[in-house]
Amino acid sequence: MTVSVSAVHILVDDPHAALPFYRDALGLTVRHEVSRDGFTWISLASERQPEIQIVLSQPHAGRSQADGDALAALLAKGELRPLHFACEDLDATFERIAATPGVEVLQEPAEQPWGARDAAVRDPAGNFLRIEQA
Amino acid sequence: MTEAELDELRRLRRARDRMDREYARPLDVPALARTALMSTAHFSRRFREVYGETPYSYLMTRRVERAAALLRRGDMSVTEVCFEVGCTSLGSFSARFTQIMGEPPSAYRARDHRELQVVPGCQVMVLTRPRKRPRAAARASAAPGGSSRNREAAVGAPA
Repeated sequence: MTVSVSAVHILVDDPHAALPFYRDALGLTVRHEVSRDGFTWISLASERQPEIQIVLSQPHAGRSQADGDALAALLAKGELRPLHFACEDLDATFERIAATPGVEVLQEPAEQPWGARDAAVRDPAGNFLRIEQA
Repeated sequence: MTEAELDELRRLRRARDRMDREYARPLDVPALARTALMSTAHFSRRFREVYGETPYSYLMTRRVERAAALLRRGDMSVTEVCFEVGCTSLGSFSARFTQIMGEPPSAYRARDHRELQVVPGCQVMVLTRPRKRPRAAARASAAPGGSSRNREAAVGAPA
């Protein structure tokens, strides 16, 4: 019996506003969109890993006001956990990402002392992403 | 939580990101306050409330972290490392390094760092990252028998 990852969740303040980043710049494909009680969930997937859903949702969706506020504050101040992606062409991917409105570049593509070549950015919601050359 | 409060947090984050990115440049608090679109006094107070330390303390901690990484390589002198990470005074760099890391930069450079070689490279950065910690936690790990890393971190806690 084997176990595999089937879904990962990313908090963003506005899932629709996150699409230019996750769909257009990273190249993920939108699978589903659900709206309920004023909140929106959008799931996407990579062509290379179609079995893994990447779900964009909002801090307050399905949570108390206090918990939603706490997560929204952590997202805004940049203290949520980092996300790591790998891609085949880091320079081309980075160029698309850096041209996306709202993206903050933290590190241009560079060789790291541990051997990887990667770049670091914040998505328009404030999530920290490291993108590595596969 | 209002949109204005979230916007203030985002502006503080941009100033902190700038320190992470440009630590080697001659940054000062007024310049960072401008990045956050705030007055210097308001920026310093809010940064401390949100991140638990002053902007200057955060910047110096980041510089010491990078300096420690360069010193572990062993191919640069303490003076070279001091200027490489954006410090302009060897005296204040050494004092801050000693305060945070628990030993002077020259001793840190001379010490054996092979124990870190078993750790994946990208995790060394996390493991060796000096961080302001709550005073109670710092005191607890300063007790005899604590690991050397914890003792180093405890020295950096506010007196």
